[in-house]
Amino acid sequence: MIYKAIVFLPLIGFLIAGLFGRSIGAKASEYITSGLMVIVAVLSWIVFFNVAMAHGEGHEVIKVEVLRWIQSGGIDIEWAFRIDTLTAVMFVVVNTVSSLVHIYSIGYMHHDPHRPRFFAYLSLFTFAMLMLVTSDNLAQMFFGWEGVGLASYLLIGFWYKKPSASAAAMKAFIVNRVGDFGFLLGIAGIFMLFGSLNFETIFATAATYLPAEGAAEGGDVIASIFGMELTRYGALTLICLLLFMGAMGKSAQFLLHTWLPDAMEGPTPVSALIHAATMVTAGVFLVARMSPIFELSPDALLFVTIIGAITAFFAATVGLVQNDIKRVIAYSTCSQLGYMFVALGVGAYGAAIFHLFTHAFFKALLFLGAGSVIHAVDGEQDMRYMGGLRKHIPVTFWMMTIGTLALTGVGIPGTMFGFAGFFSKDVIIESAFASHSAAAGFAFTLLVIAALFTSFYSWRLAFLTFFGKPRASADVMHHVHESPQVMLVPLYILAIGAIAAGFLFEGYFFGHHYADFWKGALFTLPENQILEEFHHVPLLVKWSPFIAMAVGFVTAWYMYIKSPDTPRRLAESQKLLYEFLLNKWYFDEIYDFLFVRSAKALGRFLWKKGDIGVIDAYGPNGVAARVVDVTRSVVRLQSGYLYHYAFAMLIGVAALVTWMMLGSSM
Amino acid sequence: MTDWPILSTVTFLPLVGVLLLLLTREDSPYGRRNILNVSLLTTVFTFVVSLFIWIGFDNSNPGFQMVEKSPWLGTGISYHLGVDGISMLFVILTTFLMPFCVLASWHSVEKRLKEYMIAFLLLEVVMVGVFVALDIVLFYVFFEATLIPMFIIIGVWGGKDRVYASYKFFLYTLAGSLLMMLAIMAMYWQAGTTDIVELLKYDFPANLQTWLWLAAFAAFAVKMPMWPVHTWLPDAHVQAPTAGSVILAGVMLKLGGYGFIRISLAMFPLASDYFAPFVFTLSVMAIIYTSLVAMMQDDIKKLIAYSSVAHMGFVTMGIFAGNMQGVQGAIFQMLSHGIVSGALFLCVGVIYDRLHTREIAAYGGLVNNMPKYAVAFMVFTMANVGLPGTSGFVGEFLTVIGVFQVNTWVALFAATGVILSASYALWLYRRVIWGALEKESLKGLLDLTAREKLILYPLVALTIFYGIYPAPIFDATAASVDLLVNNYAAALQAAQDLALTVH
Repeated sequence: MIYKAIVFLPLIGFLIAGLFGRSIGAKASEYITSGLMVIVAVLSWIVFFNVAMAHGEGHEVIKVEVLRWIQSGGIDIEWAFRIDTLTAVMFVVVNTVSSLVHIYSIGYMHHDPHRPRFFAYLSLFTFAMLMLVTSDNLAQMFFGWEGVGLASYLLIGFWYKKPSASAAAMKAFIVNRVGDFGFLLGIAGIFMLFGSLNFETIFATAATYLPAEGAAEGGDVIASIFGMELTRYGALTLICLLLFMGAMGKSAQFLLHTWLPDAMEGPTPVSALIHAATMVTAGVFLVARMSPIFELSPDALLFVTIIGAITAFFAATVGLVQNDIKRVIAYSTCSQLGYMFVALGVGAYGAAIFHLFTHAFFKALLFLGAGSVIHAVDGEQDMRYMGGLRKHIPVTFWMMTIGTLALTGVGIPGTMFGFAGFFSKDVIIESAFASHSAAAGFAFTLLVIAALFTSFYSWRLAFLTFFGKPRASADVMHHVHESPQVMLVPLYILAIGAIAAGFLFEGYFFGHHYADFWKGALFTLPENQILEEFHHVPLLVKWSPFIAMAVGFVTAWYMYIKSPDTPRRLAESQKLLYEFLLNKWYFDEIYDFLFVRSAKALGRFLWKKGDIGVIDAYGPNGVAARVVDVTRSVVRLQSGYLYHYAFAMLIGVAALVTWMMLGSSM
Repeated sequence: MTDWPILSTVTFLPLVGVLLLLLTREDSPYGRRNILNVSLLTTVFTFVVSLFIWIGFDNSNPGFQMVEKSPWLGTGISYHLGVDGISMLFVILTTFLMPFCVLASWHSVEKRLKEYMIAFLLLEVVMVGVFVALDIVLFYVFFEATLIPMFIIIGVWGGKDRVYASYKFFLYTLAGSLLMMLAIMAMYWQAGTTDIVELLKYDFPANLQTWLWLAAFAAFAVKMPMWPVHTWLPDAHVQAPTAGSVILAGVMLKLGGYGFIRISLAMFPLASDYFAPFVFTLSVMAIIYTSLVAMMQDDIKKLIAYSSVAHMGFVTMGIFAGNMQGVQGAIFQMLSHGIVSGALFLCVGVIYDRLHTREIAAYGGLVNNMPKYAVAFMVFTMANVGLPGTSGFVGEFLTVIGVFQVNTWVALFAATGVILSASYALWLYRRVIWGALEKESLKGLLDLTAREKLILYPLVALTIFYGIYPAPIFDATAASVDLLVNNYAAALQAAQDLALTVH
């Protein structure tokens, strides 16, 4: 019952605000949706303590059946919830952030005339996300997956009058669909290999799926997929890669990342909820949920590691030079998601979910803080027109600072003193080093460099926004004001998370209580000893994130406080590199040329040349033209359209009569 | 109840309406009112009666039910009706969509309203007839007869290029059906019966199957329509009045799919298997090619028409996958598409009635003064895109899963449809609905009227309902499809065994 309440209360909120928002008014819509979300968040923490933190052996996975869905042949899919520790963790993350964002939005969206619609969308999103994390089968997960995509689309395009917003919404949906293309095929492949889409059956079958003892290479060919003759291992790897393609789309990984920065067109609370804390982590959740499959395929995991490492590095480089405050944080999100995928790739699933957990708090904090800044400076998002805001909005400043400390991973190695990001990020970097993956060194190097960049762009953001002389117009500076309490209280709560989530939960997510906490929700092979091995990395490795963080901080301090002229000179002397980074490695331009323009050109060509030029010209038009010619000369004698009518009837009658005669003669 | 000839009742009930219409006169507003009321009542009543078919339908019986049979003209041809899990829901779909057609024509048809309604009611008779006919000659007569009222509807009440469109429509379909007539004759000479139930049991020789399959394919592929014989559809849709488009997309395209399942797959299993790669190729071409073409259209109706062709690609692909998921998915996709594409054309009708243009460029920013319309259009757009939770998803999902087991390449190419459909559908939505309301001509537009709400809201509800709870449809179709798929597999197996013993 409690599970159904958690999942369906946001849906009820959506329906109330969506259907009756106009009649009950904006205030009522806000309070109802937010109130329901607070209830759901409290329930989620109860579930978290009951399911995840409870001790005791044999804690079964809880299954809650709701409704039949699709039954066809071997496919038997129900709407059902699968509740285990992984779900409970996601409950806490999603509902905590969502309820805080709901409350925050009451203040942030104060002037918007379409508030009922906004809150309805937020609740719809939450519902879809909860369906995703509770899913008991791949089809339901796909439902949640696309549902959050829809909500994201609607929220990015919330200000539909802005052409840039509607373009960004469309882009987000379509790029995600590219990933879903892989996901859909992956689901079809899973059905082919395992004969079911239910996790229970898949996981049970997967355990004994591969031929025993190193026969992975020598197995028989069991399937031919896309022209490749595949063994059991090969087929499994391919399916994993297809599923991962879905994850790449949703989690904005390298090559499919282009939608995320543009998604910042949406209102800032949306960026905090969807494009930082929850939806974009769905890909991480997918791989973690499917760990019983991925764990069997080292090759797929290798690919995950490489993509994750490249994303972490790539997004961090782009983040270095962006001027839009939200875009910096967006690239930071992209980069941090890369960290999570590296953790998944090296088999440290717990570390990935741990980072997902802490990241949700401090990234939501940073986004909502940025929203508070934007709110203060009258909608300005360009950091070049900020500066010196520390004195004017001190609470926001301190909250943002906490977020930055957590993101950059400030803490003292070897002790329990540190912000949330310190624990989760360091664990990932150490795991990457300790793992036996072929890409371990590669991933470790890129992650450490990315950590340096993270520190640099985070402090750059802080310095540009809060320090130095004000660069905004006097008029704007005159109106700068601290946000109301309804916006600040969510910041306080998130700040507590950003400070404490690390040291409170490290032992559970990826430490001594690992087995007791996860209770098998994350699957690892007996060979996978990463949980043990990451402790035994060299001291230098343990200190490397700290050093990277310190270097990044000092560089940012030098460039934006000590000698504010340096960035400009550096940009001029390294113009090519600067432009390359500023234009995000030219991905948008390349994709526009490769896919958008060529698809349009091809579509036009097929229409004008294919349909009209070939098929019609040689097919019906040739014949039709003659018929029309003939009829025209006849029609001239008559008038109106009665002729066509009669002509058609005549043919019909003739056909029928012919048939009667034929029939009786037989 | 059991003796009552319910199928004949449902099939010919609209004729009562026709009779009443013939007695009314159109020359006054009062007469016009009468015509509309009579038509609406007839179609609603027919729908209600048809629901008794579903209520009385036994889901566990894979064979034909509610059978009526009597010899006809003493020729060996019999008047034989019946429904099974494959055809039953198409009957309901047809009767369900008719009241919407009447409502959609409430104001928009100004001349010859009486004849217009008569044409629609006759069309309903013959469409239902196709789905319930169990004699192949009867089937053929009904199948061909659908052409005439539709030809008239487009040719008389269509847009400005209606003559071209209606002849194009006519020529394409006629060419196909002539070949099918030959096939039916050949089947009769071979099997000695025109009874579909008997023919389903008959084993046609392999080489004859090939020819019969090809002839039947010509007729059904045009109706479907499959690439490359699809070009009549966009023109027909553009020129047809709104209600004509609804029926065209909602029901008439399904005649082809129904024929493929009932005739091609069930009677010619060896040929179906032999030609499956050919059908897959055309299906994939349809999905990719027409989606790309749809993207570049600047006429709303044409865009939706092309998207219909792409969606029918999933149907043909699913049918010839020949497994449970494929065929059930195809049937579901057809039913869902009947609702969704019908609704999309009704949506176009709503704004066409206001502005009398279908140019995409003439619109923009409609959400500002037509928010309710924007919501309805959003739901149908998402269903068209195949978003889970709408009925559009289920069929697409199952057909892809079904075909993946048969041929992974086909699944790969078909899955690009999820990207392409999102591209054209969302782009359309963005250009028509989103944006600022800047065009002067649009500023006076009002949101949905009570009549339009009555049309669109039930369709919204159904689209979502069948996306979340499609079980009633799967329950109804499961037994019959299971039988069909098993027979299909058995026939292929038998042929294979035979080949082995010969060699």
